[in-house]
Amino acid sequence: MSTLKGRNLISITDFSKDEYIEVLDIAEEFEKNPKQKILSDKVVATLFFEPSTRTRLSFESAANQLGARIIGFSDPGGTSVQKGESLHDTIVMVSSYADLIVMRNPKEGSSRYASEVSTVPVINAGDGANQHPTQCMLDLYSIRKTQGRLDNLNIACVGDLKYGRTVHSLVQAMCNFNATFHLVSPQELKLPSSVKMSVKNAGLKYYQYTDIKDVIPVADIIYMTRVQRERFPDPLEYERVKDSCILTASMLKGCKDNMRVLHPLPRVNEITVDVDKTPYAYYFRQAQNGVYVRQALMAAILGVR
Amino acid sequence: MDTKKELVVPRIENGTVIDHIPTEVVYQVAHILGLEKYEDEVLIGNYLSSQKFIRKGIIKVKNKYFTKEELSKISLVAPMASIINIKNYEVVEKLEAEIPDHIENFIKCMNPMCITNHEKIATKFDVVDKENLKLRCHYCEKFTTKETIRFCE
Ligand SMILES: [Zn+2]
Repeated sequence: MSTLKGRNLISITDFSKDEYIEVLDIAEEFEKNPKQKILSDKVVATLFFEPSTRTRLSFESAANQLGARIIGFSDPGGTSVQKGESLHDTIVMVSSYADLIVMRNPKEGSSRYASEVSTVPVINAGDGANQHPTQCMLDLYSIRKTQGRLDNLNIACVGDLKYGRTVHSLVQAMCNFNATFHLVSPQELKLPSSVKMSVKNAGLKYYQYTDIKDVIPVADIIYMTRVQRERFPDPLEYERVKDSCILTASMLKGCKDNMRVLHPLPRVNEITVDVDKTPYAYYFRQAQNGVYVRQALMAAILGVR
Repeated sequence: MDTKKELVVPRIENGTVIDHIPTEVVYQVAHILGLEKYEDEVLIGNYLSSQKFIRKGIIKVKNKYFTKEELSKISLVAPMASIINIKNYEVVEKLEAEIPDHIENFIKCMNPMCITNHEKIATKFDVVDKENLKLRCHYCEKFTTKETIRFCE
């Protein structure tokens, strides 16, 4: 029986390297055969205290394809939550109705707290700016899928590396796999020193750049994120740097054949549409992989894999 | 025994002496221990001469011995302080204010978006750096530091 049975997934550090790999292996099995009614006696609660259609549909599609029934809400309007019920009471009540809780909540640390109150396992589907571990797992899945391995890769992260939690999680997770990191961002949006420390503590190397062109020849993966105008106190500064983190098809001429472009989506203009047609674009497949990874997590945590 | 300071702050028969408190945090130590509401003799001396600091503060609390939690509170604002338990005018125990590895209940998380600032939840922190005082919130995973530390009311 898997060590994941009955576990919570709140933060990427909750799982060991072997456990990540176990989830990815199970996800591969679901990619081959996604419709298996192995959770037909289970109820999955999806509690979205803030709307996130993309993430919720991915979880619900995953649960549906495994035959589970779904209860919950897609935003707290009209529920007892809006009437002022505490998170504590909501979770205690729902954990008596469901076998697994998937929760998204804008308050940081809310999922950890829910897991301490709940009598059933909790999967964090995003707690504000803190953690979104299933996004990280699907990123790992996509990297392994496209590269055939996770070890010894050159990972380029581009865009808002300061506030982008998906990048922080990805860098931390890839520290388990002897990666070399190439960090491209405007000066104002560099990777926080705490995340760089994780890289150093793992005995790995990172290089910092301000122009995306410099990483294209070395990267195995280019992980793009959006640079938001609101992050810049000076709008002129935004105008000056915004193009340095935009990827276009013509820039990809010197890239490695195995290189793939990932993006947590939604994109705005940081990847131009002409990239979509190139063999390097993988971001839409990446989103699809989220369903298999979420199926794998639910199956493992509920003890049927 | 340093008789000069005894002239300034009288001896107590039973209770605790918190000595070698940096002058700027003396009243904060008194506050976080709730001594404003303590209904027995409390003697506070500040800007006293000492060898360890140029000037120091001292607090004497009659008929009170501090709990482990209270000692950790002292350690967070005055890590150099010594805690001396007195019985019958004699020193029975000398403790250093030692910063614990984990802190529960009495510190607020500095992150306004942290769940602990929105629901009635006891806070929990791991102390990741004792020297520079860096506490990692068990819930939101953000760091509260010397500059941002606040105590629960
Ligand atoms: Zn917190």
